[in-house]
Amino acid sequence: MFYRENGQFKTSYAADQQIFTIAQDKWFVWGLIAFAALAVPMLADEYMFRAILIPFLVLSLAALGVNLLVGYCGQITLGAGAFMAIGAYAAYNFMVRIDGMPLVLAMLLGGVSAAAFGILFGIPSLRVRGLYLAVATLAAQFLCDWAFLRIGWFTNHSSSGSVSVAKLEMLGWVIDSPTEKYLFCLAFVIAFAFIAKNLTRAAIGRQWMAIRDMDVAAEVIGIRPMFAKLSAFAVSSFFVGVAGALWGFVHLGSWEPAAFSVDRSFQLLFMVIIGGMGSIMGSFFGAAFIVILPIFLNQFLPLLGSLVGVTVSTAGISHAELIIFGSLIIFFLIVEPHGLARLWSIAKQKLRLWPFPH
Amino acid sequence: MKFRNLALAAAIASVGLSSAVFSTAAQAQAQDQFFPVLVYRTGAYAANGNPWANGYVDYLKPINAQGGINGVKLTYEECEFGYATDRGVECYERLKGKNATLFQSLSTGVTFALTDKATVDKIPLITAGYGRSESQDGSVFTWNFPLLGSYWVGADVAIQHIGKQEGGLDKLKGKKIALVYHDSPFGKEPIPLLQERAKMHGFELQLLPVAHPGVEQKATWLQIRRDRPDHVLLWGWGVMNSTAIKEAQATGYPREKMLGIWWAGAEPDVKDVGAGAKGYSALTLQHGAEPNSKVVKDMLAMVHDKGQGTGPKEEVGSVLYMRGLISAMLGVEGVRQAQERYGKGKVMTGEQVRWGLENLNLDQGKLDAMGFAGVMRPVQTSCTDHMGSSWVRVHTWDGSKWAFSSDWYQADDKVLRPMVLEAASKYAAEKNLQRRTAEQCAQ
Repeated sequence: MFYRENGQFKTSYAADQQIFTIAQDKWFVWGLIAFAALAVPMLADEYMFRAILIPFLVLSLAALGVNLLVGYCGQITLGAGAFMAIGAYAAYNFMVRIDGMPLVLAMLLGGVSAAAFGILFGIPSLRVRGLYLAVATLAAQFLCDWAFLRIGWFTNHSSSGSVSVAKLEMLGWVIDSPTEKYLFCLAFVIAFAFIAKNLTRAAIGRQWMAIRDMDVAAEVIGIRPMFAKLSAFAVSSFFVGVAGALWGFVHLGSWEPAAFSVDRSFQLLFMVIIGGMGSIMGSFFGAAFIVILPIFLNQFLPLLGSLVGVTVSTAGISHAELIIFGSLIIFFLIVEPHGLARLWSIAKQKLRLWPFPH
Repeated sequence: MKFRNLALAAAIASVGLSSAVFSTAAQAQAQDQFFPVLVYRTGAYAANGNPWANGYVDYLKPINAQGGINGVKLTYEECEFGYATDRGVECYERLKGKNATLFQSLSTGVTFALTDKATVDKIPLITAGYGRSESQDGSVFTWNFPLLGSYWVGADVAIQHIGKQEGGLDKLKGKKIALVYHDSPFGKEPIPLLQERAKMHGFELQLLPVAHPGVEQKATWLQIRRDRPDHVLLWGWGVMNSTAIKEAQATGYPREKMLGIWWAGAEPDVKDVGAGAKGYSALTLQHGAEPNSKVVKDMLAMVHDKGQGTGPKEEVGSVLYMRGLISAMLGVEGVRQAQERYGKGKVMTGEQVRWGLENLNLDQGKLDAMGFAGVMRPVQTSCTDHMGSSWVRVHTWDGSKWAFSSDWYQADDKVLRPMVLEAASKYAAEKNLQRRTAEQCAQ
């Protein structure tokens, strides 16, 4: 009833090429951004910001980067954690070694460093595919784990191998309260989500998708596989690197290489698979599922227990959390193998007919 | 139909989520002194995390029955983080909102992450026997309290003990000492001090990292078999310790030549190996296994005999149980000391507890009265010294239990102090912090 495009006529090419061709979609997204930027800072408390919203935003950005590579270009990667680490440590080194380095520039340079390494580790993708490529990208993960643990220069010769950043400041704006940190991350995420959306609609995104769907056919119609694959690695690693810098600088404040271990790489890949491959929205759904659900279960189960008069032990909650989380992953993958984003688009389809399905 | 159910479930879940999250934040209570308890009862380190958590909680339980701290009741809540730094930070944020008195993270990684946050939130961070060694310097690390000892104390005493075994520190010249360490901030902490000592005495330090969680050490011990170091220092935690001892047994390295840090010297580390670990020694953070001390008997009488024990009864008095107990005691005594200044019978804020911890003065009389006779030595902190004590003993596994095998040692301040000052100054410079002056200390 409310969600239908009847009567919305496109009279120009510009109108036809909008990101959201349906007016309701456009309003919804603007409304969502306005809600996130204006209403959430007033509603949420410190715990929501620091423990839930900021990690969610940063990992969404990382999942978005991985989605560009895995979902749009079809190159499976298990090195995302490594590229996050490169982004974080490179940004840290730019900040420490160059006096007066602006924060945002350092983070973007962190992303550029990650992109450079992404291209390097993307080279095997020209020869190997699928699971073999996943194993090849694991090399990046192990190399980075080793380098940031062993080479003192990267950590500014910190004796414990743990680095920490000083005050965050941008053009005289000191980012220290949770709300400011949240808005800082939000600005990054919105900007990068729009960039990602537009990249995937542009020539380069179509090349990636052509490679994903059938690389031989893509080559026959004149797409250069080397350029398409390596550009996907570069852009994806750039996104992931910036996310890594945000994770280190804004969320953790001080970190050790374990913050970007192989577990993180798996987590990011699962976000993409559960959220929906080849979907911008899916990256956010996946991040929400992986970041928020375990914390929610951890707090919800004791409440549930107290409702029925059972005190659950701390260890019991923790085990139950893993069991339920695991079964939910299986449940969603069975119900909708194309991810949560697919459910979202089915919902939109149904909404068009609602309330009179047939 | 299927979709409608799904949508319904999702809607219910999201409502539940927001209510759960908001309600926890709103529950802040003002009348009770709230002790957050960060624990890991699951995961790779659960075997060691469990007794610590049980001791910690057991100590808090009878305090209310005895009228609380000068009448102030205690409440506590556990939060499980599985030794994962990000979940630990989440726990911190969750429990902070409930007027947390102080935090004890039991993880060096979490300590590093919380050091910056605690300063902003004005909540003291007790890291009894772990954390950053340089945080002993309280004039820079205002909110960190590595009470009873840091890893540099441990490393210093380890070298002193080895020196004594060799017949004097000068005999260490030309010897080879290997450090088998957990490859994390925890394991790397002692390296600067060991390097300093290596320079002083002319021994060779061999660094052998072991990746988390430490079940794969074949390569490390093959290296030890090849190089035959004169002594092996074990800086491990959890399953890494028992694996190391098993590997030592397999490669035939004498357990008598191995010395562990206090986190590598508890029952779960050696029990599986049993007789094979005989002769293995470890440092103690003042206390060891103390099944006959008064405080243990009190715990059995006041908690376990009433059926309120957190863990199994057999574990009361074991090494890590005692460490949890003592950690809780230090926190409670910090609150008690704060009440001396800010008003007895009042709930203390984080800032007030910080003052209490900074002016902690547990002399032998007080400790004996609490039942810690023979367990602990006096602890006195100050603005510049947040550690309060650097006494260490060594205990040895005789195949079935831990028994003390050395006198009391104290870390050499001549070695320790300059290093602490230098590292703390470096940290202050990185963070643009000013050292607290004498007047600020007096406040």
